[in-house]
Amino acid sequence: MATPIPERETMSVPPDGRPHSEQPAWRQDFPIDWPQDQYVERRDFVKFLTLTSLAFVAGQFWIAGKHWLRGRQAPPGAKRIAAVGDLVVGGSLVFNYPGEHDASLLVRISESEFVAFGQKCTHLSCAVIPRPNEGIFHCPCHEGVFDLRTGRQLAGPPPRPLPRVVLEIHDGEIFATAVEERVA
Amino acid sequence: MKPDHLQFFIDPSRCIGCQACVHACTECDTHRGDSMIHLEYLNRAGSIQTVPVVCMHCDQPTCAEVCPADAIKRTADGVVQSARKPRCIACGNCVVACPFGVPEVHEERKLMMKCDMCYDRTSIGKKPMCATVCPSQALFYGTAEEIARLRPMSAPSNTFQFGRQTITTRVFVMTPRGTVTLAPGLDVTAVLDDRSGGDVFADMEI
Repeated sequence: MATPIPERETMSVPPDGRPHSEQPAWRQDFPIDWPQDQYVERRDFVKFLTLTSLAFVAGQFWIAGKHWLRGRQAPPGAKRIAAVGDLVVGGSLVFNYPGEHDASLLVRISESEFVAFGQKCTHLSCAVIPRPNEGIFHCPCHEGVFDLRTGRQLAGPPPRPLPRVVLEIHDGEIFATAVEERVA
Repeated sequence: MKPDHLQFFIDPSRCIGCQACVHACTECDTHRGDSMIHLEYLNRAGSIQTVPVVCMHCDQPTCAEVCPADAIKRTADGVVQSARKPRCIACGNCVVACPFGVPEVHEERKLMMKCDMCYDRTSIGKKPMCATVCPSQALFYGTAEEIARLRPMSAPSNTFQFGRQTITTRVFVMTPRGTVTLAPGLDVTAVLDDRSGGDVFADMEI
């Protein structure tokens, strides 16, 4: 009297009552039965893996290509930042070098010493804040700390030192002449 | 434990309209405060007869067939589950399509909710809430042998005819013995069409 519970694979019956092999393909993509809905076919999984790996490979080539293009660019020319007298000892100044949107920091450490570094933290590109009396650059996002003189990372998550901006001083004027990217 | 041998039997003729099932359903922790059971009057003007409507858990779930969001699924034990919350878009297609009028859309939750035969209870062998409280056992949850022994005058039926759509369900409806053998299934729409006097049981020998 009680209807036997049908097989797990073919439990729900399509409205037209025909067997599952005669059903349109969308019925397999949107099954009503829970076990089939949760089931991932090996072919689908392999397809996912292959396409994802291809996307990663394409991404690597894209990064490499961008790096190569950057290497072919002409080095940025010298740019006047400020006069020596504009900064007191321990004072800092934000300037854009080499590009229009590349914020960098100029810090006067002592009477005769100036340093300049890119302001973007090498961890996740937050703006670092100079703390000259502690001798560090501090990144508030994840408590990254860089050395004020060398730009080397001292604490926290940053993987590389800050890029250093090469400075030259002529007749009391400070010029930025190059950017030195450094690896850890 | 997979309680396949336990079945749900509804006997509308035993329903006394006490609302116990409705309130027991409301108590359930998975949808506290909302009853998933509908206690309907067959013909309010002409009769006090009520009928409890729970999800019949069709073998051909029309609600799932029409769901555009792929949100209604049927587990391996034959229970059609309530809409998956991450998928349901509260379009109400299932409400319109269900031949038994079971699903309900909760507009403010953007979710369809319906009876899932107390899946948290029945999946571990317990009775659904409504069947535990029903004083006249119009809602009965047990084995086929039990129901045959307890209701010798009735026979369970789980085939229903809605126009050209034949539906078999996991939940059984008890019908007076003899009526089932006349036709392969209960022709619901035909009964609705020629409801003249308002008493749908008029032509049945009860």
